[in-house]
Amino acid sequence: MTDMIAVQNLFPLGWEHYLLGGLCIGLGVSLLFVMTGLVGGMSTVFSSTWSFVVRRPFFQQIGLKGSRIWRLEYALGLIVGALLWWLMLGGPGPETTAVPAWQLLVGGFIAGFGARLGHGCTSGHGICGLGSLQWPSAVAVVTFMITAMITANLVLRLQS
Amino acid sequence: MKLGHTLATLAAGMLFGFGLAASTMIRPEVVLSFLRFQDFGLMLVMGGALVVTALAYALVPRLLRQPLLGGSFQKHAIHKGARMVAGAALFGVGWGLSGVCPGPAIAGLGAGNWMLLYALVGLALGALVQGLTDKAP
Repeated sequence: MTDMIAVQNLFPLGWEHYLLGGLCIGLGVSLLFVMTGLVGGMSTVFSSTWSFVVRRPFFQQIGLKGSRIWRLEYALGLIVGALLWWLMLGGPGPETTAVPAWQLLVGGFIAGFGARLGHGCTSGHGICGLGSLQWPSAVAVVTFMITAMITANLVLRLQS
Repeated sequence: MKLGHTLATLAAGMLFGFGLAASTMIRPEVVLSFLRFQDFGLMLVMGGALVVTALAYALVPRLLRQPLLGGSFQKHAIHKGARMVAGAALFGVGWGLSGVCPGPAIAGLGAGNWMLLYALVGLALGALVQGLTDKAP
């Protein structure tokens, strides 16, 4: 009984979909590795795609230019996968969010700059890096978790 | 061979995107509720993905000489130092402000969450400015 209450406090919306979704994400990263040998975090696509239009040497480096096609294919897969979920299990209307547009835009900008400066995001460091048992990625995950928690709580304070 | 590579990459991305949607990580509110200690679901998402990935990265290269479609098994590139920590810290600030990280910003579009285009544009511009201010390797 007390266990049930503890579970409800930690996961007020239930826990099964979180775990199943996470396993599914892990299967996707694993499938990519088994079939192609590639390590697939998601943030690099935001740099590699610029190599199509920006001639600057940074964007033409082989690590970005050489991976831009498969990274776009992988990103397209993400959209199709979420579309399938929506058609099969999603609600009647499209997903939306009440987070203000400026927060999405500015937050996205800072996160995009930071992820590329730090060479990884929640999937790059959090799943692929930790999955490779690399301690620098553990440092990255702890760091961005702490600054994200501070920021999210500060924003909540300022808004209320 | 090339087509097989494309199809495998698409299929892997589809599993990833389906998982992001099923775990509701494409909802910024759910991510923010984790960062505000109201719902710890994100730990299960990350933990579940991490266990499967760690097993694959550890076992597959021992069981197979090369990936099923050829080539070689890559290793996650190691980056460390002050630059990496500064980048991670900034990434967290942006993530905590928006509730959106790169995967969900892309996947969310598949479930019709057009608001995430703002985050997508922000992420792309942030990566652009980072590249424009960085030295070529």
